[in-house]
Amino acid sequence: MSRDGFWSVARGVAWRNIHNFFTNPAMVVPALLFPLFFFTAFAGGLSRVDSVPGFDYKAGYTTFVYGFVLLQASAFGGIFTGFSVARDFESGFARRLMLAASNREGIVAGYWLAALTRAVFTVVLITVVALIAGLEVEGGPVDLLGLYSLALLINAAAMLFATGVAMRLRTMQAGPAMQMPMFLLLFLAPVWVPYDLLTGWVQGAASFNPITLVLESVRGFLEGDPAKVLPAFGAALLLVAVTVLWSRGGVRSAERAA
Amino acid sequence: MTEAVRSAVRSGLFFQVGMLARRSVVRTLRQPAMVIPSIVFPLILLSINSSGLESVTQIPGFPTSSYFDFALAIPFVQGALFSANSAGTNVASDIESGFLNRLALTPLRRVALMMGQLAGILALGLIQALTFLTVGVVLGAGIQAGLGGAVVIVLLSLTISLAFGCIGAFVALRSGTGEAVQGVFPLFFAALFLSSMALPRNLIEVGWFQTVATYNPVSYMLEGIRSLVITGWDGEAIALGFACAGGVAILALAAASSALRTRMVRT
Repeated sequence: MSRDGFWSVARGVAWRNIHNFFTNPAMVVPALLFPLFFFTAFAGGLSRVDSVPGFDYKAGYTTFVYGFVLLQASAFGGIFTGFSVARDFESGFARRLMLAASNREGIVAGYWLAALTRAVFTVVLITVVALIAGLEVEGGPVDLLGLYSLALLINAAAMLFATGVAMRLRTMQAGPAMQMPMFLLLFLAPVWVPYDLLTGWVQGAASFNPITLVLESVRGFLEGDPAKVLPAFGAALLLVAVTVLWSRGGVRSAERAA
Repeated sequence: MTEAVRSAVRSGLFFQVGMLARRSVVRTLRQPAMVIPSIVFPLILLSINSSGLESVTQIPGFPTSSYFDFALAIPFVQGALFSANSAGTNVASDIESGFLNRLALTPLRRVALMMGQLAGILALGLIQALTFLTVGVVLGAGIQAGLGGAVVIVLLSLTISLAFGCIGAFVALRSGTGEAVQGVFPLFFAALFLSSMALPRNLIEVGWFQTVATYNPVSYMLEGIRSLVITGWDGEAIALGFACAGGVAILALAAASSALRTRMVRT
């Protein structure tokens, strides 16, 4: 199959999804509302956490929370794209797409481009709101490049995971199966306090969670003091590699059903 | 019993409420997808939050040394939010399937319809409250108000479920679609997150957030339950909790009844 076929399918699928996203308030509003809402609730409601003994993040609590919400928005941009895949299968569109596409890997690439666009749109808006609310970015341009690269890798991994689920189950009822693992992965990281201040089983879970490395690195970039950069990129790339295989399995499953 | 008496009994309010309540309870409990997440999800969040935020108890002025005890009130309100979704979805499903239209052709009283629909929510609310209370006690939360306090927690929790359930029913009756109910669901969560859920109001540092939390009735619902867990018998907190939950329930019930009247007229 030609490279041209791959990109023309990817462009077509991406354009359709991006168009659907931006012209449907029922899709745009929750995608923006949830991360904004988490940001205001955490940054506003828990700001006093920075006075807990041992909390040593010098950029402040708003910036600390922004790091998490950035990853959350990126991840859920990918998960919501998985919902679109499931909806396309329910409506019968994806079945016709599978039959018509000259390159089926291009379908996944198209959904990825759509997820990327959604994530960039959401992240830009959250960043503007966060800057108004007192976000202090102490990192330089290279730190910012690292910061947003990690966010986009998490977006890709989440989208590939959700697409793999959607292509296997091919129903909107698979929504919880897409959301819950990502939700748990995100929330079993040091969300509200640094890792050292976690207690109990959550600290144990966070020590095995690859998102912990990514989150700590993201916060390091924001603070201008990069930490665990290589392990974080390694963990994020590993997640992408595993989910690429998972989504390819999804495509094969959908092909068998088409 | 003569046929005339039987007929009188069947047309009686209690009989009508009983029949619809049984249908509502059975329908709610027969949907594991509705019951299980409404119990499991709040418990997962409780577990994660209480471990993640335990260090917050070191903030001077924090009212207890255990964040788990402090956070135990949250699942009761979160569960009630799921009840709202469940109530709204059930009512919307009755409208979409035409069941409400068929009921409108019978001599059924509107109040019976409303009370019957809400019975399923109260049943779900009771299961949730008893589960959260049991899990809390088993995992070491000390209910400072004792056994009587536990009973009051369940009663307050049921009032909160009723309040949110009525809001869900109102949205469904006004809109007539399950999608609208799902669309309103995030707003319920906004009400929870913009409250004294994570920290006591006097420890919230950001001015606007403290103001919103102070005007948010959900704060007082949480504080009513929380006071029974961590303080004991605090009459003011309990009274405010019941007043806010009861007030929201009365307003939402009135709005839902009005919406039902309009919908029955349309039918």
